[in-house]
Amino acid sequence: MFSDYSLAELGSIFVMQGFAGLILFSVFVLMALGLAIIFGQMGVINMAHGEFMILGAYVTYFTSQFFLNYLPGLFGIYFFIAMILAFIAAGALGMAVEWLMIRRLYKRPLDTLLATWGLSLILQQIYRSVFGPREVGVELPGWMMGSLPVTDSIEMQINGLFVMGLTICITIAVALLMYRSNWGIQVRAVVQNRIMAGAVGINTEKVDRYTFGLGCGIAGVAGSAFTMIGSTGPTSGQLYIVDTFLVVVFGGAQSLLGTIASAFTISQAQSTLEFFLSGSMAKVLTLLGVVIILMLRPQGLFVIKVRR
Amino acid sequence: MTQSGRTFFLRPRDMIGIVILAFLLIVVLPLTLDNFRLQFVGKYLTYAFVALGLVLCWGYAGILSLGQGVFFGLGGYCMAMFLKLEASSVANTKIQTTPGIPDFMDWNQITALPWFWEPFRSFPFTVLAVVLVPAIFAFIVGFALFKRRVGGVYFAIITQALAAIMTILIVGQQGYTGGINGITDLRTLNGWDIRTDSAKTVLYFVCVGLLIACILIAYFVKSSKLGRILVAMRDKEDRVRFSGYDVSNFKVFVFCLAASLSAIGGAMFTLQVGFMSPSFVGIVPSIEMVIYTAVGGRLSILGAIYGTLLVNWAKTSFSETFPELWLLGLGGLFIAVVLAFPNGIAGLWQTYVAPRLGPLFSDAVKRRDATPPATPPASGPVAPAAAE
Amino acid sequence: MNVITDQMNKDFVLAVEGLTVSFDGFKAVNDLSFYVDENEIRVIIGPNGAGKTTVLDLICGRTKATNGSIRFKSQELTKMKEHEIVRAGVGRKFQNPSIYEDLTVFENLEISYPKGRSVFGALAFRRDAPVKERVQEIAETIFLADQLDQRAEYLSHGQKQWLEIGMLLIQDPELLMLDEPVAGMSVSERKKTAELLNTIIKDRSVIVIEHDMKFVEDIAHKVTVLHQGKILSEGSMAKVQADPKVVEVYLGH
Repeated sequence: MFSDYSLAELGSIFVMQGFAGLILFSVFVLMALGLAIIFGQMGVINMAHGEFMILGAYVTYFTSQFFLNYLPGLFGIYFFIAMILAFIAAGALGMAVEWLMIRRLYKRPLDTLLATWGLSLILQQIYRSVFGPREVGVELPGWMMGSLPVTDSIEMQINGLFVMGLTICITIAVALLMYRSNWGIQVRAVVQNRIMAGAVGINTEKVDRYTFGLGCGIAGVAGSAFTMIGSTGPTSGQLYIVDTFLVVVFGGAQSLLGTIASAFTISQAQSTLEFFLSGSMAKVLTLLGVVIILMLRPQGLFVIKVRR
Repeated sequence: MTQSGRTFFLRPRDMIGIVILAFLLIVVLPLTLDNFRLQFVGKYLTYAFVALGLVLCWGYAGILSLGQGVFFGLGGYCMAMFLKLEASSVANTKIQTTPGIPDFMDWNQITALPWFWEPFRSFPFTVLAVVLVPAIFAFIVGFALFKRRVGGVYFAIITQALAAIMTILIVGQQGYTGGINGITDLRTLNGWDIRTDSAKTVLYFVCVGLLIACILIAYFVKSSKLGRILVAMRDKEDRVRFSGYDVSNFKVFVFCLAASLSAIGGAMFTLQVGFMSPSFVGIVPSIEMVIYTAVGGRLSILGAIYGTLLVNWAKTSFSETFPELWLLGLGGLFIAVVLAFPNGIAGLWQTYVAPRLGPLFSDAVKRRDATPPATPPASGPVAPAAAE
Repeated sequence: MNVITDQMNKDFVLAVEGLTVSFDGFKAVNDLSFYVDENEIRVIIGPNGAGKTTVLDLICGRTKATNGSIRFKSQELTKMKEHEIVRAGVGRKFQNPSIYEDLTVFENLEISYPKGRSVFGALAFRRDAPVKERVQEIAETIFLADQLDQRAEYLSHGQKQWLEIGMLLIQDPELLMLDEPVAGMSVSERKKTAELLNTIIKDRSVIVIEHDMKFVEDIAHKVTVLHQGKILSEGSMAKVQADPKVVEVYLGH
């Protein structure tokens, strides 16, 4: 399949596909970060994660509309405000869901899966009824449009670069929060030994609620970023949920580094294959590859060995 | 039941339950519903095969598969391939570029029948394939995962990924599979026209017959020592292992059995509805089939049948009148069943109705107190009643 | 050298040699060697975290050894799967009672009955007279004969411990491993359990982990003291109790 292209063309193809892969990678990482916190740290399967992301996307869309109509002078910075609002909206919804539903199900992980699936159906229908079934897209501020020419045959879109930069910042922030802050220590303490953590004075219920809220909030931010590169519809979140779960599982559920490495592997494999095969076969081969690797190495890429 | 009395695999209570179900499906529904409605029930019953498999696999063994649609689809596609080949005789397809192959292949510039379609010219092979292809597929997946002790949520996620892969594959390879439309325009089974009302009525009764046979198989498995080992495994997997059992073999077995049951349902679906498409394979139908089981009661063989009928009946009536409400209702149903009624209808029956019907229907007497279904024991989905 | 080791193994039911397991560099069991004779009752004691339970996990295959060998009647256990080890004749009781709460006492014992252990064997398994007799017999030994139809979750803590012991007994293992069999029991239950253990340890080798010194003194032939994954002292109870090292790390506390 390589024979039709010259070496220089192949090089450009790989770079361009690599870039497309990096954008996909950014979306995966942003979605997977939230999931890695909720699933990896709390053991909760949140099937409605995509819907939290879409909530963030809708918030971003409406913020952009607001700025367009009332504050056109500040349109260039609307995205940053939208991002914060998306985080708050998705996080607040997440905390409400945790309080109403998830906290009753911590000991039944398979049941959280079913309940959150139900939640995702409800959210999808609400989006459809409230925001309409059509996909909406935001208008990009002027500075985010266009692309940077790197060589004659290679150019990179600024919005893509921006999303990547954003991904890196959020990832670093989450890593610092989980591994350097006092709060992160509490979260990990609760995960490892709930009873003991409670006994040393950690309010485990509060930690649970904020952790879940944080994971959902990050999903909201992911949704914000998502609007920069794609349009938003009621079921857009559903498209990514399986991939994202595979990313988290493939990376080794408890490892942040693993999540990033696996998001990178999967997105690059998929976008590179996409150029040579049909999109659907690229996806089939990527997912199948991940599943087969998981069959051979179920603990994922990165794993902490523990004494039972 | 005491350990001394049981020689036959059905308790009197189970037998009464099966007879009532059979009476309902064979006598009451055909007499009270018109042909159109009865065909709906026939379609619902094909999902009941999946629910039946899930009771054994998920309810008893604690293995939640979110990929049962794959097996339903495999069974359905096996049957559809046979029927399609019969419908694509040279005489029927003489206007095509290549006569004698299915129409969608011709549209996709395929000029010869692919090798894996070839054996489906034989009806006996097809019948075997319906049961065995999904079982072999389940065996490969189950063997790889269970031998490495992958279970619980990881298994659920991987099976869900398989459902996604299968759908994308079928849609993407439309020259070989019929793509998003599936395999349509099926006409005859060994020369017998399956599109007529009378044929559909006959197929309904065949479906009921097969379902009852599968229910009996499920009861047999449940009441054998294997059934008790499944329950034991769900509870304390390590203890079973240290009693000298190779736990993974039992999981593989029940997963394969559930796959075959689903596939029989899929094949009956194709026969009764007259087509098979990827929309019955993917993530959404697979997880909907789980909710049928959950609503009926994940521990109850007969409950799962009633759950399937009820949810589908609700779906049809709601979708006809308020299509938007249905998704909200289905979502609410998921949450309500999980939070409030983890043992579904069967759990409610066992807690509130059966005790009033006397000792034949209830074994609550022997328990100190049946835990109310609203507060299931912390250890898992399993509230007290092995509710039948 | 090998010849000598093999020669030595013949006399022992269990020969553990150079056993090491490390979890990310932490050696929970470090170069451990000990031998258990036929019909010997060996008690392993040691402070918390000494590696006692890990040793049992290693023998029964729950944890894989990093190094070393475990030979049971000249079979190498480190390479065998858990269920193969059980079928070879090693039975193990867990620290917390590990029984099937959703099944009756009868069914709990029946599942442990060593027949119909394959998938199709279990499908074809019949509850025939020998099975019922054996279950009845074991149930009487473990004081649960009148509770056979009771769901196991309604048993008291002590009864659950007995039931698990009964589940091991019905397997008739040559090597029985018990992890704290009297922990969490009332005084009367403890007395009954000691009685029970005294009857069942006949004709087999037993490894017991126990903290209750009175109990240890009563039953032990030989005591092994573990400390930080290594053997600190080994020998008769009197010898071990007199060992100044032991006094320092364990008994002295």
